[in-house]
Amino acid sequence: MSEDLKILDEVTNSDYKWGFVSNIESDNAPKGLNEDIVRFISLKKSEPEWLLQWRLKAFRHWLTMTEPKWPNVSYPEIDFQDIIYYSAPKKKPTLNSLDELDPEIKATFDKLGISLIEQQRLAGVAVDAVIDSVSVKTTFRETLAELGIIFCSFSEAVHDHPELIKKYLGSVVPYTDNFYAALNSAVFSDGSFCYIPKGVRCPMELSTYFRINSAGTGQFERTLIVAEEGAQVSYLEGCTAPMRDENQLHAAVVEIVSHTDANVKYSTVQNWYPGDKNGKGGIYNFVTKRGICLGDRAKISWTQVETGSAITWKYPSVILKGDYSIGEFYSVAVTNNMQQADTGTKMIHLGKNTRSVIVSKGISCGRSQNSYRGLVKIGKNASYARNFSQCDSLLIGDKCGAHTFPYLEVANKTAKVEHEATTSKVGEDQIFYCNQRGISTEDAVNLIVNGYCKEVFNQLPMEFAVEAQKLLSISLEGSVG
Amino acid sequence: MTTITTSAPSPSAFLQEAEMFAELYGKQQPAFLNLRREAIAAFTKLGIPTGKHEEWKYLNLSGITTAGYRTVSPTDTHALTAKEAEQYRLAGKKSVLVVVENGRLNSAASSMNDLPSGIKIGSLSDFLGQDSVQSHLFQHADFVNEALVAMNTMLCYEPVIILVEKNAKIELPVQLSFVAVPGAESLSIPARVLVVMGDQSECTVIESYHTHGDGAPTFTNAVSEIVVGKGARYFGTKVQAEADTSKNISYHKVNMARDSYQHLTTVTLGGLLVRNNLHIRLDDVNINSYLNGLYVLNGDQVVDNHTLVDHAMPNCYSNELYKGIIDGHATGVFNGKIWVRQDAQKTNAYQSNKNLLLSNEASMNTKPQLEIYADDVKCSHGATTGQLDDEALFYLRARGIGEETARALLNHAFAADVIEQVENEELRASLLQLLEKKLK
Repeated sequence: MSEDLKILDEVTNSDYKWGFVSNIESDNAPKGLNEDIVRFISLKKSEPEWLLQWRLKAFRHWLTMTEPKWPNVSYPEIDFQDIIYYSAPKKKPTLNSLDELDPEIKATFDKLGISLIEQQRLAGVAVDAVIDSVSVKTTFRETLAELGIIFCSFSEAVHDHPELIKKYLGSVVPYTDNFYAALNSAVFSDGSFCYIPKGVRCPMELSTYFRINSAGTGQFERTLIVAEEGAQVSYLEGCTAPMRDENQLHAAVVEIVSHTDANVKYSTVQNWYPGDKNGKGGIYNFVTKRGICLGDRAKISWTQVETGSAITWKYPSVILKGDYSIGEFYSVAVTNNMQQADTGTKMIHLGKNTRSVIVSKGISCGRSQNSYRGLVKIGKNASYARNFSQCDSLLIGDKCGAHTFPYLEVANKTAKVEHEATTSKVGEDQIFYCNQRGISTEDAVNLIVNGYCKEVFNQLPMEFAVEAQKLLSISLEGSVG
Repeated sequence: MTTITTSAPSPSAFLQEAEMFAELYGKQQPAFLNLRREAIAAFTKLGIPTGKHEEWKYLNLSGITTAGYRTVSPTDTHALTAKEAEQYRLAGKKSVLVVVENGRLNSAASSMNDLPSGIKIGSLSDFLGQDSVQSHLFQHADFVNEALVAMNTMLCYEPVIILVEKNAKIELPVQLSFVAVPGAESLSIPARVLVVMGDQSECTVIESYHTHGDGAPTFTNAVSEIVVGKGARYFGTKVQAEADTSKNISYHKVNMARDSYQHLTTVTLGGLLVRNNLHIRLDDVNINSYLNGLYVLNGDQVVDNHTLVDHAMPNCYSNELYKGIIDGHATGVFNGKIWVRQDAQKTNAYQSNKNLLLSNEASMNTKPQLEIYADDVKCSHGATTGQLDDEALFYLRARGIGEETARALLNHAFAADVIEQVENEELRASLLQLLEKKLK
């Protein structure tokens, strides 16, 4: 076996080093799903009657739906009655200091360049022993509150700001939208709510990290972001650190409402357990994410780095309703071993002079399957709409697959829609060029892949971008140490 | 890929006809009876696809079940004369013209008396019992999964057969002219072609669709199986020039052996509802395949181009260029799939689709698709939908050319790009003429 083949082999055969940790005591609902469970969840969270009714409507609608079969992924049938729909974690096992942490995980954290505080939080270290991060969070909350920004858990928002929730919940992703959105609407456990008032520019990157109660939001998360006229916010979801989770099925819903002149940027880094080398275990990540540019000149930008999960199935979309509104989608999806990803976006142009950009970079290794599926729809009245899409795929190893399914539907003669896609492998000449200059094949592959993803990483907030770049190296490198 | 296969209930009228014909076929062509029986079973199961079927998402076929078509029967007589057929000739006086009237060979109207040596043309009854027909007819086009292929297989009576001998280089183009002669009632016309090209042979085949005279709308359901032997070169052209009430669904399966070459151009100008399915299978190494397409639409036309380039083996090259101009209330659809299987290393595959939308009532749905299971490949596709370049328009207008003329000039240049690539000179000239007429 030649040297680079060996490295490729190493890269694509490496194990996920972290595995599952699941011995957390929790306050569980019985297995299965019926109206009583929906009532139970609602009661546990002492929700108002209208929300319970909404959940029940969603549940009844869900019963009439069937699981979608069109994604280019395969998995054994999910038994929806074999899932625990409510599980509130009581207490996490805590460590006294970072020294007790598995050195391997510690090494990963260091490699990713995650700050000490965050490391402690991620590792479940008892925070008060080291630094009072609660106070840090409180300071942030105070700064935000001064500006009128609401940033809290979804359940808090239901109690404190019912009028906003009532107005916007389901306004972008109605419970009738699709099978998993309906399921989520019926049984969602918690999530985040974020509201930026008129003319306010959020002074910091909002991240679930700064939110109390962010732990244990469970598998059916619900996020709602509302930006009033002229508001601006950048929101971060997930983190680069490997996430362990006992739930196999994740069906989250994210809704974004962007009013006139508002600007919302949503960045995701997802690194959930992808299953072992043979595809056993691993998380099914079936997510519905959608934003709407309600007013003129509104903007929504999605950036995602997807490296984890056994199956990823998500299409962050933007409905460009206001004139001159802008939608963006930047994505890097890496699949290794038996992972499957079917991801992409939808840009629905309704308003005049609307613009959208799609940049998607797929990297498949091992025996994985990586698909881009996207829709660009230009409505009849969307005069002078403009779209540019670029979807590139990189193949590493000869057993993986890379696929593109773009749908371009144009019904306006003044619209301009362009789509480009390429598929190739890492060029031997490029590697050779690096080798000549004393760069090892492994570093060369890293360098080339990082350069290939640069366009997307540039869109991420700075710290995130640095982490994401390292995460990519690790995913490719395989052997973490 | 998993597709949703919800179908409408099978249109039983077609099935009744198929049962009726089966008896006749059984007597005259016993060798194919079983395949036809299988096709009937497949069609019963599949039914006519609906919009819920991923591959038929943008094309509404419901009219085909409800229009009450009568399938042309083997006992119908021919009406077209040689003189009348002459107007449909596209590749020059000397070319071989084979007139297929309502799905059946009309020898009297054709001019195929002195065929060049190395080629045989006739209908199935002339070739019964021949090995090359026996082993290829109904074998390549997939009727088990494609409802319309199943429908054709169970209903077609007299497939047209073209056999090209090994090493034969046929200089004269062969034109199969499918002329629909409408009657008082709506006709369903199954047309079937088998072309078997021997090793190292070369041949130009034009398949053109026309409507002769007025009458109730026709529905043509055509299937062509083209077997390209080792090192053979096939130059194909499909021309859709039917009346603007006609429906036409065609399916081409080209099976390519090693070192072979094919160049297929699809020009769609006529018809109300047209679907061009092309399935090119690159079955061995070192194959070159070119697909070009042009569709110029106006009125209420709906034209759906579906291409599948299936790379099964290493070291092959494929290229695809499709262009469309859509005006009026018309809808254009392009779905181009490049499929690179796991063994097909060192594949180079390219695809490009460009569209001009000229009216606000017009729409274009494009789905270029790559499915790639091998790593050492270079594949790309591009798709655009837009308008004429303002700068080009300005350039012409600055030189004293009126806006309308300038637009016509640019539209013509856009479309001619595809036709220019047709190999045969005389054919190219007639296609440019047809295009000119359509653009007016």
